Amino acid sequence: MKRDEVTGIAGAEVCAGNAGVISIPAGELRRVAEGLRRDKDVPMDYLRDIVGMDWGEEGLGAIYFMESAGTGERVALKVAVTDREQPLLPTVSDLWKTALIKEREVFDFFGIRFAGHPDMRRLFLREDWKGWPLRKDYDMDSNPLRLDNETNADTTTEYRLLPDGTLEGVAHPVFGEGDFVINIGPQHPSTHGALRMRVALDGETVTKVDPILGYIHRGIEKMNESLTYPQTLGMTDRLDYLSAHQSRHALCMCIERAAGIEVPERAVYIRAVMDELQRIDSHLIFYACMVLDMGAMTPFFYGFREREMILDIFEETTGGRLIQHYNVIGGVQADIHPDFCRKVREFTAHMRSVIKDYHDIFTDNVIADTRLKGVGLLSGEDAVSLGCTGATGRASGWANDVRKRHPYSVYGKVDFRQVTRTEGDSFARYLVRMDEILESCRIIDQLIDNIPEGGFRAKTKPVIKLPEGIYTAEVESSRGEFGVMIESRGDKVPYRLHFRSTGLPLVHAMDTVCRGWKIADLIAIGASLDFVIPDIDR
Amino acid sequence: MEYEDFKNNDYLEEMVRRLNADGAGVVLTTADELIDWGRSNSVWSLALGTSCCAIEFMALGAGRYDMARFGFEVTRNSPRQADLLLVLGTITYRMAPLMKRLYDQMAEPKYVVAVGGCTISGGPFIKSYNVVRGIDQIIPVDVYIPGCPPRPEAFYYGLMQLQRKIKVERFLGGVNRRQKEADGCEAGTEKGGEA
Repeated sequence: MKRDEVTGIAGAEVCAGNAGVISIPAGELRRVAEGLRRDKDVPMDYLRDIVGMDWGEEGLGAIYFMESAGTGERVALKVAVTDREQPLLPTVSDLWKTALIKEREVFDFFGIRFAGHPDMRRLFLREDWKGWPLRKDYDMDSNPLRLDNETNADTTTEYRLLPDGTLEGVAHPVFGEGDFVINIGPQHPSTHGALRMRVALDGETVTKVDPILGYIHRGIEKMNESLTYPQTLGMTDRLDYLSAHQSRHALCMCIERAAGIEVPERAVYIRAVMDELQRIDSHLIFYACMVLDMGAMTPFFYGFREREMILDIFEETTGGRLIQHYNVIGGVQADIHPDFCRKVREFTAHMRSVIKDYHDIFTDNVIADTRLKGVGLLSGEDAVSLGCTGATGRASGWANDVRKRHPYSVYGKVDFRQVTRTEGDSFARYLVRMDEILESCRIIDQLIDNIPEGGFRAKTKPVIKLPEGIYTAEVESSRGEFGVMIESRGDKVPYRLHFRSTGLPLVHAMDTVCRGWKIADLIAIGASLDFVIPDIDR
Repeated sequence: MEYEDFKNNDYLEEMVRRLNADGAGVVLTTADELIDWGRSNSVWSLALGTSCCAIEFMALGAGRYDMARFGFEVTRNSPRQADLLLVLGTITYRMAPLMKRLYDQMAEPKYVVAVGGCTISGGPFIKSYNVVRGIDQIIPVDVYIPGCPPRPEAFYYGLMQLQRKIKVERFLGGVNRRQKEADGCEAGTEKGGEA
């Protein structure tokens, strides 16, 4: 099935906005999704996101963003159901594995149940939470702070739609009778934040990983619905704080596209340089932490030594070290510091000269060899199905770099290599990131001498309102495709603002990647996937 | 830093005055000073790092800022071995009972430092449905370090304030016997380190 055939369905309608979302009747979802997924020429094998929605009168529903991993062609479907008491949609988790976790997110926020989904548990909120927080009629004070301990249910329910239209609930145990389950997190030094996993073991071998999320769920998407567009920018830096520039870049781009704001060329260049510096920063932390997780201290100091150089550059221009608030709608907050170009040039030269030390101390080390090589395999097919973008997907042979697939900013003009490998193990994920540091240096070198003169910020209206419609923008953040979706109803605040988390599919992939490996490998595998928890929980 | 360079000196002087009010023994006070000197220079922290502030804390541990100079570089990952609960990052409703449990598991004398706007008041997420509006609603806080995230220098200022607080405490017969009322949160909630 192709996009044209979808628009030809009776009742189908293309929504306003740059996302090209096609609204179809809920009854057609299953057939259309299957048709798109199994198309012979251009299968939509990468489900970018499922965004739950509350359209009020129109009902509850979801938007499915899908893409073909091969060609980059995109289709987005919108379905709505009017029943607010028992909203039900068919699952697509048998077509795309990533839907297993994304549908749970929609259930958690909107109470939409997915018939046929094997695991309809809450994802981010306490299991005893009352109500569905992202619905428009949710009472914000209905769940006060509680200090009693939360109990996690041992069983989970699958809802099946019977032929007579009634719903049947089938209970599945989360873990088997004989499983030995250990708890890791949320307070654990090696989970890189407040992540909790329940891990089932057979001896020392991992048989299942059940991630429990939401220990840092701050409800950013709901808060955005009462913030004006310039105010929403403040939240993006705190999602994935190691991709602060890129995340904010995505949101600015989305708003600029919707409002038709032209960004001055100087700002475009500055943004790209900042994005790449941020990527190097993130990859240095990745190196430092991953190696620290395996017990090596010295590389940690290496990584932070070079990172401080980047932070100095950031601080001079933006005023912030970690959270910079630099991109604004229409450009950047302030012009670059007079020393910026010189310092960036010095930094890239320095980075190139020291990367050898990084490899000398760890890459050829016997620890890297035994704990990473051939461990934690992720096949290319699984990477696409699970939606593992970024270096994780590229290490499994999936060329998913947004900068190449859908060039934005200046990335169409610069010359760089998309680093991919085929092994799909922890070591490949590590090497991809290390090579990307050099590629980012290459991009910066091409840009830094050519930053055009002129203004750094376009004039915008004092109150920014977006025309009605659904808008998207995505960037390659430090750990994958970061996407923004705005539904506007013409107000100065978004009707719904959703972020595609880069880390959620990665944490979900832990189950697939870790199965069959030893418990001791779990931390190293987790480190090689490089997720940031506040970005997952939002 | 010189004594005069710190803010909140009046708070410490008030603390000392209260401790001295019922007299101080020569032997015990001298022993206290020695013990407190040792305690304040080896504060072992339990880093409850949930988000951004934890990255700045890592920067503190690395070469440039090197917190080993001040004696609080040892982080423990078990609450049983820690003197100090460093809350680095937003505390959500799901995390709150666990933070309380970590605090309860720590042995006396114990201290809490709230790092960053989120832990002090909820910060930018104050209007959220899932964020605790200040951890002092749940556990008593000794020092608040504002910032989003605080600069490493602000961290130092806050942690040095804690060291000063430890130095004037009466250890023997004092804090080593104290049973803090965790629910009440009365003890030691005066705002300490406003950097």
